[in-house]
Amino acid sequence: MPEEPSGRDRLLTALKQPVSRGQVTVAALLAVVGFASVVQVQANDRDDDYAGTRQQDLVQLLDSLAAASERAELEIARLEQTRSSLRNDTNSNNAALEQARQQANVLSILAGTVPAVGSGVVVTVQDPTGGVGIDQLLNGLEELRDAGAEAIEINNSVRVVAQTSLSDGEGGVIIDDQQLAPPYVIEAIGEPHTLEQALDFTGGFIDEIEQRPVGGEVSVKQVDTVEIATVREPTEAEYAEPVEEE
Amino acid sequence: MIAGLGLLVGIFLGLLLQPDVPLWLEPYLPIAVVAALDAVFGALRAFLDGIFDDRVFVVSFLSNVLIAALIVYLGDKLGVGGQLSTGVVVVLGIRIFANVAAIRRHLLHA
Repeated sequence: MPEEPSGRDRLLTALKQPVSRGQVTVAALLAVVGFASVVQVQANDRDDDYAGTRQQDLVQLLDSLAAASERAELEIARLEQTRSSLRNDTNSNNAALEQARQQANVLSILAGTVPAVGSGVVVTVQDPTGGVGIDQLLNGLEELRDAGAEAIEINNSVRVVAQTSLSDGEGGVIIDDQQLAPPYVIEAIGEPHTLEQALDFTGGFIDEIEQRPVGGEVSVKQVDTVEIATVREPTEAEYAEPVEEE
Repeated sequence: MIAGLGLLVGIFLGLLLQPDVPLWLEPYLPIAVVAALDAVFGALRAFLDGIFDDRVFVVSFLSNVLIAALIVYLGDKLGVGGQLSTGVVVVLGIRIFANVAAIRRHLLHA
């Protein structure tokens, strides 16, 4: 059996072979392949991605870019809307907060839960004969309130508010369960002149106390700074409930 | 020996000259290169099988390249250039793998 040369043998023989026509041809074609490959690889690396792309593909690329940018624009519009609505919310929240704070200030002064300071009057009622009772004091307090007194305190120990109660007691009056003795010092914050006017008219508070049968003495002093330090604990309403407004 | 040298010379020339690919050739060059590679591997296999003929090699090489380019050109005209190029590359890739497998069996006996 004649020995068939293996592929490996043939390759080795060919490598050792001198130049032949066939080899030159093959060499030429391989050179072309090598050249073309290298050129293509470099062209590809140089990477204008889009040079040499087909028209159809370019159109598709363009379409998808347009769609993407449209989506992005929609997203931007949506986000801007969200931002402006959030900003509005914040503004109105701030306004509401500010309003609530102001209201709380006003109400806490009215309810007497915080100390207050401001211009007003100091009314001192001397009662040498013991004739001053709650009738006269109540009258005075009403006049002060009528004249716009915003905070009232008696004898530096009782803050007069909506729930304040008065009754006559031994040797003085009882206000909010507290026994007070004359002289009564009523401090009120408000417009000083108006407050004084409110007490001083014919048949008014001063008149009533200084005339018989009461026979007391009243002095009213307008001051720039009335300090009201007494506070009340806020009380929870047990029975009354606010009616929800529609 | 000369064949191997030819390949090296080609690569060297490509690196040295760095020519720009003309625009009209751009879509066809990659396919042509793959087709040429297919022809080269086919030739190597034929050589190892002992049935190599340089005339056959030249003809198969040129026809491979031309037909590949033609198919892509036709595809472009029909509006399916991209898909057709992919198809050609797949087919040639399969052939190259088959040829390389045969070559491997010859050289490594495995």
